[in-house]
Amino acid sequence: MSAAEIFQHARDVFSIGALAVGLVFVIAGATGVMRLPDFYTRMHAAGVTDTLGAELIILGLIAQAGDWQTAAKLALVGLLLFLTSPTATHAIANAAHRAGQKPDLSHFKPKHPADTATSEGPK
Amino acid sequence: MFYGISLTAILVALWLTLSGPFTLSGDYPIVMGLGLLSIIGTVALTYRMRIVDRETVPIGPALALFTYWGWLGGEIVKANLAVLRLVMKPEIEVEPRLIRVSAEQRSDLGRSVFANSITLTPGTVTVDVEDDGFLVHALDNSFTDPAGFAEMGARADVASDGRKTGMATGEAN
Repeated sequence: MSAAEIFQHARDVFSIGALAVGLVFVIAGATGVMRLPDFYTRMHAAGVTDTLGAELIILGLIAQAGDWQTAAKLALVGLLLFLTSPTATHAIANAAHRAGQKPDLSHFKPKHPADTATSEGPK
Repeated sequence: MFYGISLTAILVALWLTLSGPFTLSGDYPIVMGLGLLSIIGTVALTYRMRIVDRETVPIGPALALFTYWGWLGGEIVKANLAVLRLVMKPEIEVEPRLIRVSAEQRSDLGRSVFANSITLTPGTVTVDVEDDGFLVHALDNSFTDPAGFAEMGARADVASDGRKTGMATGEAN
């Protein structure tokens, strides 16, 4: 086996590994969205799909990209996800918070460090 | 001027990445023309808006930013594994919490980098932005370590600014 073939196989193994692990995280995110109790906790599970799931799949695809241009474009897609997904998650969370959706907190009531009692603070 | 030239160079590099062969081969003069037009237009508009400065063209903090991304990547992997364990347990045993995290970054950019980093890390989501901090929803009380938030805040501050003189409180915590 020549060096080029070994490199090719190593690349395939890395790519399959990254895609498989990414898939595990995507499935875990989907499972979490179904299993967790309320809106806010489900959002955390969706975050798993957003971050490691998507980025690992993109990493696996970059390893399979033939030329540097495709790889660079995939890396830009990854960077875009990295920068925009928290903004989208925050927008959804903030919208729910402002609309009065109360998080299902089992035994905890938040207190401001300065003890300034805010009237609209969620319980 | 330095930031204007840097912005132009970054835009040229981006255009060449996205449409390199078409621009460089010379067979498609319209592609090269549109590229030039859009780059000149973008630089002219940003100059007219007077937003070409250290914050919008982060050349200075670039190294600090990449260091921060590397560290943040490690944190994201750890948090992902923690959420994965919680979700895949036979019984869902979570203790969701709302906590307040103080944000004492020197700039608005630092604050937004910190807030987005909290949201990007699975298990914690910034729900609301207040005057002196963030309201953060955490999936479980294992995600609410104040020292972890303080370290992330201090690192976000350095990364968004590029100068090592950290926050007065961030280093002390």
